[in-house]
Amino acid sequence: MKKLLFLTVFALATAVTYAGGYRVSLQGQRALAMGHTGVAVVNSAELGFFNPSGLVYLENRLNVSAGVSAVFSDVVFQNDEFGQMARTDSPVGTPFYLYASYKINDWLTLGLSAYTPYGSTVEWEDDWAGSHLVNNIDLQAIYIQPVASVKLSRYFSVGGGPIFVTGGVNFNRNLNRTLTDLEGNRSNVTVDATGVSAWGWSGSMMFTPTERLRVGFNYRSEIILEAEGGEATFSNIPNSPLTPFQNTTFDAGLPLPAEVSVGLSYQLMDKWLFAFDYNQTLWSAYNSLDIDFADPSIPDSENIRNYKNSSIYRFGMQYDANDMFTLRAGYYFDESPVQAGYFAPETPRNDSHGFTGGLSLNVNERFAIDASFLYIRFDEVDASYDFYFEDDQAVPFGGTYKSSAFIPGLGVTYKL
Amino acid sequence: MKNYFKYLPVLALGFVACEPELENPIDEPGFYSGGEADFTNYVALGNSLTSGTADGALYITGQQNSYPNILAQQFETVQDTDGFDQPLVDDNVGGLLAGGNQIVSNRLVLAVGSDGNPAPVVYDGTPTTDITNILSGPFNNMGVPGAKSFHLLAPGYGDLAGVSAGTSNPYFVRFASAPEASVIEDAIAQDPTFFSLWIGNNDVLAYATSGGTGEDQTGNLDPSTYGPSDITDPNVFASVYSQMVTALTGTGADGILINIPDVTSLPYFTTVPNNALDLDAETAANLTGFFQAVAGIFAQGAIQQGVPVEQAQALAAQYALTFNEGPNRFLIDVPVSETNPLGFRQMTEDELLVLTIDQGALAQGYGSVVLTPEVMQVLGLLQQGGQPSQEQAQLVLDAVSGIDDEDALDTSELANIEAATNEYNTTIQGLAQANGLAFFDARAKLIQVATEGIPFDAGVVTSTFATGGAFSLDGVHPTPRGQAIIANGLIDEINSTFNATVPKVNIGNYGTITLSNEVQ
Repeated sequence: MKKLLFLTVFALATAVTYAGGYRVSLQGQRALAMGHTGVAVVNSAELGFFNPSGLVYLENRLNVSAGVSAVFSDVVFQNDEFGQMARTDSPVGTPFYLYASYKINDWLTLGLSAYTPYGSTVEWEDDWAGSHLVNNIDLQAIYIQPVASVKLSRYFSVGGGPIFVTGGVNFNRNLNRTLTDLEGNRSNVTVDATGVSAWGWSGSMMFTPTERLRVGFNYRSEIILEAEGGEATFSNIPNSPLTPFQNTTFDAGLPLPAEVSVGLSYQLMDKWLFAFDYNQTLWSAYNSLDIDFADPSIPDSENIRNYKNSSIYRFGMQYDANDMFTLRAGYYFDESPVQAGYFAPETPRNDSHGFTGGLSLNVNERFAIDASFLYIRFDEVDASYDFYFEDDQAVPFGGTYKSSAFIPGLGVTYKL
Repeated sequence: MKNYFKYLPVLALGFVACEPELENPIDEPGFYSGGEADFTNYVALGNSLTSGTADGALYITGQQNSYPNILAQQFETVQDTDGFDQPLVDDNVGGLLAGGNQIVSNRLVLAVGSDGNPAPVVYDGTPTTDITNILSGPFNNMGVPGAKSFHLLAPGYGDLAGVSAGTSNPYFVRFASAPEASVIEDAIAQDPTFFSLWIGNNDVLAYATSGGTGEDQTGNLDPSTYGPSDITDPNVFASVYSQMVTALTGTGADGILINIPDVTSLPYFTTVPNNALDLDAETAANLTGFFQAVAGIFAQGAIQQGVPVEQAQALAAQYALTFNEGPNRFLIDVPVSETNPLGFRQMTEDELLVLTIDQGALAQGYGSVVLTPEVMQVLGLLQQGGQPSQEQAQLVLDAVSGIDDEDALDTSELANIEAATNEYNTTIQGLAQANGLAFFDARAKLIQVATEGIPFDAGVVTSTFATGGAFSLDGVHPTPRGQAIIANGLIDEINSTFNATVPKVNIGNYGTITLSNEVQ
């Protein structure tokens, strides 16, 4: 037994991980198992993220959903012209959610949601070929949102609420491709900002023309995490007036873009539910990652991103097998927001196909265990980042990238 | 429930198995090919260029960026190899100790002086590499700083006992397999499958960097009689070089031979221009006047000693130098002769000054005239038609301060160097062809660096001192980026000779000079 456990731990420890891009769509095991559809699915308190207006249609007075996913993910890079190869060795990401809703009366439900829709943990080997762009990044953002759901008629409800975001980022890269201290250690900078907070909101509608068909709409606003007075730590800087990099503070703004979702669900007979969601993430807000160092002798860092708005097409279905088991499956196609020539290895994200599955184990009438898994298949892509400059000359960095992700998740649903 | 636990490892391994796989990963055997060459055990032979010396010293990061180490890393992408061991020194300070006493000075770094100008200065650190600490090899990088061609065959070249007498080499002492071993023996003993040989630079370079103070030993076939700054006889070179190639190919190894660059490609000889005597109109006129006085004094003295007037005036004419506003060429000292009794002349267009020349002295009149108030007084006297005393005349002649032999390469010295270099290179290329070895024309490559430069993804690498990117602060040895250029050149030739597809490196990923204000 001990031996087995050791092997398990060892295998997990060597798993190479990756959280594709920094939009992490893992906001509910039931929805995720159905291709992360949910804007028009009335099923559980997961609506607190997908479409708060639908909460009022939940049958029970109290609904709670909570869960966590384990993101095992990996990126491999190679450049065959120069014989370079690198793999990320990122820690396991653990995005979570917690939703609760309480029916005040027939037309009003209030709730509280906490979820982590944005985040990224990518760790390349220090000093790898692209280390002048990124060695490692850890971006975390937790959304906390009180929601209200109001039934305006049998057919129509609205919902939403303010969002409080608290987040942080830690990012390390080498200053350029060659600068070292006398001992040959690469000069690098870490920017770190924690406890950055900001406000946003979401609003939603649900239209139920027939008992079997629902149509949903959800909008979540853009929130810009403005890091002010973050810490910039410079390491391995040569002792020379020509390299005046002293530790300092910095300001930077990172957009958590707005997202529009529309979708529908259809109940076929009593056991089948089909859902389709369309998301558009308004990534064009992410124009450039600019780091403004307080020390005037340190040049500010401008990192052009020029993302474009991107679409995701999601399909899911659910089958009530029996009283005990509910089975789910789904698929989505996730368009990359990264345009040609802007493929930066801190978010090595290209078009991907997500295959999902999962089930709920209804332990009793009130309590269910929800399991899901997601396998993301990325196309192999030849890509480059062309906006890194040395002496005002653009120095592209590129090669072939391939990512994959395997994400099991576990949650619970409780209703009273 | 317990039964399910046994599946946990399988599940966990399943996650690991989800690592993305590229369709054509470069680490899969066969992606790159060594062609007919086998890089399993690569051994590099040579001198300081091969060892990774830079900034006038051997230090760890220089060794890590030596062209053999870069090559070995690229070979590793082609096939499994036995690794590439280098006799790393103990620090990045450079410098060597022998029994605790420093025998070789520290490296150079680029430091910003109190005047705000960056300049190469000796790094202020305590060296820790003691040559009495003998490393246990073998080492794939057999580059020995300072070695000339015939040294690689010399038994005892790594004998600690011979260091102080100069009969052995402190760098080879560190890693020779035994005191009586030779470099070539230790290389052959490793049974290399592939080798590179870049030797012979010091056979001319030592003479060149000494400003030609050594002897051109062409015609002398006994290298044991050579001084450290002498030019090796080309026949001696051909003989020892051919012995080395025979020994190395005798193991069945493939390899590459590298020829000898022109010294005129090195910033050590091209940084201080021979016409850096920059004069305003007044100083130029003063100097012209001064040398008219010199010519006059000389003619008069010669006539007094009985030289016929016409001959005296003809000899004196060479000293009536004219100086113009703007850049003027310096004067150098030459041996006193019947045709040049005062022993100086102005430099010719192609003659070179060394990097280490005292620039402060140049500004004070070294290379032209040290015009002291006393000398000016005599000049004034002459202008007024006065007759200087013999002492005063001598004062004027002594004010001429030609550049010493050790600071310049004159036409004949350059001719010696060029002749030897050309003969060595004919030998090297001939032996490469005769033995089916690859051949890298380092001479042509460094001419390219010095003239047009080597373009790369962030600019152009040139041989301009300190800023060009190719040469370290000693003006002779390459920077890591320079080493990468050499490695790429070698890879090109290896690929074409052996039908291989070894990938080149991106020279933009290799650094240039090191900054530090921790200086002596």
